[in-house]
Amino acid sequence: MKYLDEFSDPDLARRLLDQIHQVTEHSWAIMEVCGGQTHSIIRHGIDQLLPDGIEMIHGPGCPVCVTPLEVIDKALAIAARDDVVFCSFGDMLRVPGSAEDLFRIKSRGGDVRLVYSPLDALEIAKQNPDKEVVFFGIGFETTAPANAMTVYQARKLGIRNFSLLVSHVLVPPAVAAIMESPTCRVQGFLAAGHVCSVMGTREYPDLAERYRVPIVVTGFEPLDILEGIRRTVLQLEGGRHELENAYPRAVPAEGNPAAREMLQDVFEPADRAWRGIGTIPQSGWRLAEAYREFDAEHRFDVDGIRTDESAVCRSGEVLQGLIKPHECPAFGLECTPRNPLGATMVSSEGACAAYFQYRRLDLAGAQR
Amino acid sequence: MCLAVPGKVVTTHDADGAPMAEVDFGGVRKEVCLQYVPDVAVGDYVIVHVGFAIQQLDEESARETLANFENLGLLEEEFGDQMAQAARQAGIEEPRR
Ligand code: SF4
Repeated sequence: MKYLDEFSDPDLARRLLDQIHQVTEHSWAIMEVCGGQTHSIIRHGIDQLLPDGIEMIHGPGCPVCVTPLEVIDKALAIAARDDVVFCSFGDMLRVPGSAEDLFRIKSRGGDVRLVYSPLDALEIAKQNPDKEVVFFGIGFETTAPANAMTVYQARKLGIRNFSLLVSHVLVPPAVAAIMESPTCRVQGFLAAGHVCSVMGTREYPDLAERYRVPIVVTGFEPLDILEGIRRTVLQLEGGRHELENAYPRAVPAEGNPAAREMLQDVFEPADRAWRGIGTIPQSGWRLAEAYREFDAEHRFDVDGIRTDESAVCRSGEVLQGLIKPHECPAFGLECTPRNPLGATMVSSEGACAAYFQYRRLDLAGAQR
Repeated sequence: MCLAVPGKVVTTHDADGAPMAEVDFGGVRKEVCLQYVPDVAVGDYVIVHVGFAIQQLDEESARETLANFENLGLLEEEFGDQMAQAARQAGIEEPRR
């Protein structure tokens, strides 16, 4: 157990692991939904510390990875315009579109700026009234309140040169889609803690019941993840399938009511395409009618874009837990963080990038 | 970008009608919107994601998490120069601003 001394509390980590080993009698496949959890699991070698029978399947919860190619291409088309200042979070910079990425547009002199908060983009809009300022609003339920408030402020303050290119996705419909898939192997879920900090846990008991699958709301630090796994295994071995909250310090059952109210006002449910996975009904949000004028897709004519996905990249299978990153033939060869073929090799939350960063030698070596 | 980081509210102010705060993340200070945590006051700890506080957090948990993130280099990843990080990853020179 070479990684154990890297845990913040090695004794507690050891106790949690011992318990997991004691209670595990059968083989179980558990999916961590969130990319932040994937990163943590691979970084700390948690999957290697678990009993042999327990497999961690990495889920689709990396927003950068599931943003559809069509939306990336729209972003690139908008960012290339002379009249536009295109603002984004840093992780979108190198996500490959059909032909290039935002970083290349920036290198060619395009006005692409990285911001910490979407409110920073609104500030840029205020200071550049002669420019169109567009913010690339992607993410799960955790990020949506920030984008919602920014559009709300834009409307309230009458900042009309601001718009949002929005592609928000939601966890519960993705969990349902994974369970409905004929190839599904998932028997338990670690639900994403900070998504539930915003949304609360009320949507999950029904899912746990309908699919007879334990769902344990779990944090991101290594010890949180071990505790989430321990509780999931206890449920599986006990034949139970319930919602449990293993992250109560950050997740009240009701979530954040003020944020939920703002989300309801600014967004409305919409079908969303997930990159590599396909369209999942009602799995995302778009701007509600009252805010439509701030929708970049309405403001700029970007319909009819023809996308061209890499024929090599198997990130769709990675995101659905059907293969592990190193089972992709391009992993570590044609596809590296320096030259990513798929979005899962770009973001630090992407499974391919996490495998490359922390396991490159042993896994790639073992494969070939 | 997916990270949510705990921090301590240092000062509060109003910006265009939105409640804002200066929040300290183990030495790094950022402007954070408090719209969704109406009861939070100076000295409280909050969990912050992309410039927005999404929950309040008790001090002990917040300190522990911050110390963890610091050790893992996650604070640098979150608050450092992202353009430079992307350039490094791409193995190319950073575009001029
Ligand atoms: S290793 Fe690269 S090409 Fe293969 S699935 Fe991952 S991102 Fe796609």
